[in-house]
Amino acid sequence: MSTSPTKMERYWKKNLQTLAILLSFWFLVSFGFGIIWVEELNTIRLGGFKLGFWFAQQGSIYTFVVLIFIYVYRMNALDREFKVNED
Amino acid sequence: MDLLTWTYLLVGVTFALYIGIAIWSRAGSTQEFYVAGGGVSPLANGLATAADWMSAASFMSMAGIISFSGYDGSVYLMGWTGGYVLLALLLAPYLRKFGKFTVPDFVGDRFYSNKARVVAVICALFISFTYVAGQMRGVGIVFSRYLELPIEWGVVIGMAIVFFYAVLGGMKGITYTQVAQYCVLIFAYLVPAIFISMQLTGNPIPQLGLGGEVADGVPLLDKLDGILADLGFEEYTAGKKSIPDLFMITLALMVGTAGLPHVIVRFFTVPKVRDARLSAGYALAFIAILYTAAPAVAAFGIYNTIQSTSEKSINDLPPWVINWQQTNLIGIEDKNGDGKIQYLADPAANELRIDKDIMVLASPEIAALPNWVVGLVAAGAMAAALSTAAGLLLVISTSISRDLFKTFQPEISDKKELRIARIAAAGAVLLAGYFGINPPGFVAEVVAFAFGLAASSFFPVILLGIFSTRINKEGAIAGMIAGLVFTVSYISYFKFISPELNTAAHWWWGISPEGIGSLGMALNFVVCYGVSYLTPAPPKEVQQLIQEIRIPKGAGKAIDH
Repeated sequence: MSTSPTKMERYWKKNLQTLAILLSFWFLVSFGFGIIWVEELNTIRLGGFKLGFWFAQQGSIYTFVVLIFIYVYRMNALDREFKVNED
Repeated sequence: MDLLTWTYLLVGVTFALYIGIAIWSRAGSTQEFYVAGGGVSPLANGLATAADWMSAASFMSMAGIISFSGYDGSVYLMGWTGGYVLLALLLAPYLRKFGKFTVPDFVGDRFYSNKARVVAVICALFISFTYVAGQMRGVGIVFSRYLELPIEWGVVIGMAIVFFYAVLGGMKGITYTQVAQYCVLIFAYLVPAIFISMQLTGNPIPQLGLGGEVADGVPLLDKLDGILADLGFEEYTAGKKSIPDLFMITLALMVGTAGLPHVIVRFFTVPKVRDARLSAGYALAFIAILYTAAPAVAAFGIYNTIQSTSEKSINDLPPWVINWQQTNLIGIEDKNGDGKIQYLADPAANELRIDKDIMVLASPEIAALPNWVVGLVAAGAMAAALSTAAGLLLVISTSISRDLFKTFQPEISDKKELRIARIAAAGAVLLAGYFGINPPGFVAEVVAFAFGLAASSFFPVILLGIFSTRINKEGAIAGMIAGLVFTVSYISYFKFISPELNTAAHWWWGISPEGIGSLGMALNFVVCYGVSYLTPAPPKEVQQLIQEIRIPKGAGKAIDH
């Protein structure tokens, strides 16, 4: 392994930061908007949907897909930055 | 052509396709049998994972459950998709970098203990068997409903097909069959959904149609809230479950999803760490197509059902109601003798009994679609059940041939190991078939069981195994056992020992057996951490292994010891 320990630690720390940010959105759209604050959000409308209901049955799922693709993009960039990418 | 001919034709053609793929892609080595040679493209793996994941329950039952529970059904939608975020971010890339064949492989190596490996094998077998029995039952149900065969015969035919391509093809055969099965099942799910969305709301995209307006200009969901309230039910967009229970069930399903061995193992089949991340994204995108359409199918289904039956004359019902009465999925009893159907929340006055599976299985008929669409839905349901069953059977056979035989008899040749894997797969098919014919409980309950177990056993130790260098074998073994025993006891108590006490008043902190996996997971975390800090740290080479799996560089294909 050609990576020095400090560089490795910085890579891991950035990875954990990325995870923390993405997972807080994961929590917010599902447990937050879809469950905890669903009644408050249901007073707002999105077309024919009540917003809380929309997050619980549609919005959270769309967000999950987007989160994974952001993660893929972000981690690929991070791997290149720290030269730990494959080939 | 009549309905039965179309159904036989479409189911027959798809079966022939699966068998053809199995012959073309049969496995020649253990590496091909376990991880498809490690050369599956991220897109193909995403498709295969989606089919592997979406079971008979997702395809046939989920929309129906939402139809009758409205907002409360959201726990399944969020739970069974949100788990992929955890899988993609926390597990898949690292397990791929680790580069072995199975989940017990990781547990055994990371916790430098064959005892830990055996505990993991037991968890994997337990989870996979409870899950696969449900799938076999699902295959039998589809056969009996559409092809007018007894359930037993349906299970036997399903067993024969899975036997053929799982035993012959291993992971390689299963992967490419699952790609085909995804295409069949998603097409079968969306065609009726699109037509019904158009008929009801004028919008061809079901996901948008759910927020659309019905003929009189009122939004569908508001209309449904009003109709259900008039009949004495909860409003569709409001729920009955408490917030803590919703929270815990969703969490248990998410974490359980991320901990299911047949899903995790799919990420061992791609060539690179980068591909593991990307294929998790593809997998969830493909799953989301069905999972965002399901709530639309659910709302359309319950709306159509009520509109075409409630207060309608018994002698003037639409043909689909009469058809499905014959299969006993719809029951009508004119209790007050007025010649009309009253569909009411009050069980004493309600005259209409509807099975939840109707919402998907009868959807083509409800929308008056041609017979080939009905046949297509049958083929789709079969694809969903078979693809999941095959993935599970592979985990079972791998656990036995590799994690048990190979671990304790490391000198056996590749050829012999492959033969043992095939024999184990064959044995597993037979056992699964037996459970399919004599099911241990309702399909949905059995599946809930599997999630609780995956959440409370695997997820915490794998996660800590990657993100903590301090967790040792004592902690992992104690954590897995504590989580598993707690969760099994709680579920068994309320589901099998004292089902009469299975109400919110008796549950601990209002958590239903479906959500208890979350608490089992928390217990596993606490025990794992506590015991690890009281016992010596893992050896140097294990700490080195953890550092290595954290960076993508240097991932070879999944390799043998």
